[in-house]
Amino acid sequence: MSSVIVGLKRKQIAQLIAKGKRLDGRGLTDYREIKVEQGIIERAEGSARVLLGKTEVLAGTKIEVGKPFPDTPNEGVLTVNAELVPLASPNFEPGPPNENSIELARVVDRGIRESKTIDFKKLCIKPGKKVFVVFVDVYVLNHDGNLIDASALAALAALLNTKMSNYEIEEDEVKIKPGYTPLTLTKHPIAVTFAKINDKLVVDPWLEEEQTMDTRLTITVDDEGNICAMQKGGTGYFTPKQVLEAAKIAGEKAGEIRKKLNW
Amino acid sequence: MSRKPEKLIDKKGLRLDGRKPDELRPIKIEVGVLPNTDGSAYIQQGKNKILAGVYGPRELHPKHLALPDRTVLRCRYRMAPFSVQERKSPAPSRRDIELSKVIREALEPSVFLEYYPRTGIDIHIEVLQADGGTRCASITAASLALADAGIPMQDLVTACAAGKVDNTIVLDLMDTEDKEGGADVPVALMPNLNAITLLQMDGILSLEEFEKAANLALEGCRKIYPMQKEALKAKYVSVKEVEE
Repeated sequence: MSSVIVGLKRKQIAQLIAKGKRLDGRGLTDYREIKVEQGIIERAEGSARVLLGKTEVLAGTKIEVGKPFPDTPNEGVLTVNAELVPLASPNFEPGPPNENSIELARVVDRGIRESKTIDFKKLCIKPGKKVFVVFVDVYVLNHDGNLIDASALAALAALLNTKMSNYEIEEDEVKIKPGYTPLTLTKHPIAVTFAKINDKLVVDPWLEEEQTMDTRLTITVDDEGNICAMQKGGTGYFTPKQVLEAAKIAGEKAGEIRKKLNW
Repeated sequence: MSRKPEKLIDKKGLRLDGRKPDELRPIKIEVGVLPNTDGSAYIQQGKNKILAGVYGPRELHPKHLALPDRTVLRCRYRMAPFSVQERKSPAPSRRDIELSKVIREALEPSVFLEYYPRTGIDIHIEVLQADGGTRCASITAASLALADAGIPMQDLVTACAAGKVDNTIVLDLMDTEDKEGGADVPVALMPNLNAITLLQMDGILSLEEFEKAANLALEGCRKIYPMQKEALKAKYVSVKEVEE
């Protein structure tokens, strides 16, 4: 539908970026406005809605008892899933997860997992037999570009909002007790995505920039400024210099977002 | 299951398999190994054993996927059920689907897609045995298979990983180092263009450590590149003796 218009806008977007400007008036390393709202789905253990400009993502967490992985018998399990809901874009089609939603889920998962923000050992009930499984389901409600950053923020906000029911173990069975304990998170990994357009890097690409870009790079940074996940996407390439430049900017941007959200 | 070793790097600074931190595993590459394919390659990197085959450019099915201005590159990365310690289900995992995507995106910048409009090129990668760093070895082999199929390319794509184990930045991680180590940075490079076409990372690295690891991985790519070219040439220069 809008792809014809985008085709016409492509040149304009690329030319403006060469001059250090963007079509929506932002600077090359500026984010769109970020809004985070937590605890909006009462039935979920934790939930959050994130607005990144017009991109809207809802994430909810559920905690269930399940089996650990054989190679980590005394650790809980994290499962991240992403749904590109058909109502979010005319280009999203119903059906099983495709490579884009799988990549999105796995990049979000990697950021949370590798930052070691969740102490999985605390989620063990009986080693090798029973552990808590934390499900994070990311629902994209409106696609206006940069789903990765919005989804990573929503997933983190939902986890920060997650409350676990108190429980005790009676004859190897988990018995729910009244009251809740919040899930503790030690870090706040923030994903920062760059698009390469006209050989320049821009932060937080919106949809039309994504349709113009050569390639994409996501860098997830923890509270200490360490990099904990990376993913290049798209069919273009980066020079080694651009990668290092992006890594530096990502650290600064992640810090700004964390400060703004008081995390 | 193998037990977790106490130390991944010994007092002499050597790794579990006796390598120095900046040393690659032994690599053996063969081009043109599958007669039915248009191009193929086999790579052994440490215990990794990977086959890559290319069909195309050929008519694309289903036809509605064809593009009027260029060929459609498709990539399928799969691991054999017997390739890992615990049997892997032959159904594609989420990891297989993600890797198929990133491998395709790593190879695509090298191919002149616009030369073959309305067609498709299929790359099939079968990991017969996995030993860490399969995505990188797959890219190295798949790029050769594309070249073997006679598809015009800007450059070969070479891939290699670097990472952190026991606080040391090391090159070309093997399975145990990948699982127990601190970080893994797989990189793919078109060496002549100095263009990075695949970059991923998991684990925790400071900015300085990342820079060091990325540079080491790029160095690894530049070491594999001549082996790749040699393997490609070897297919054509080998003279077969014919009995009279």
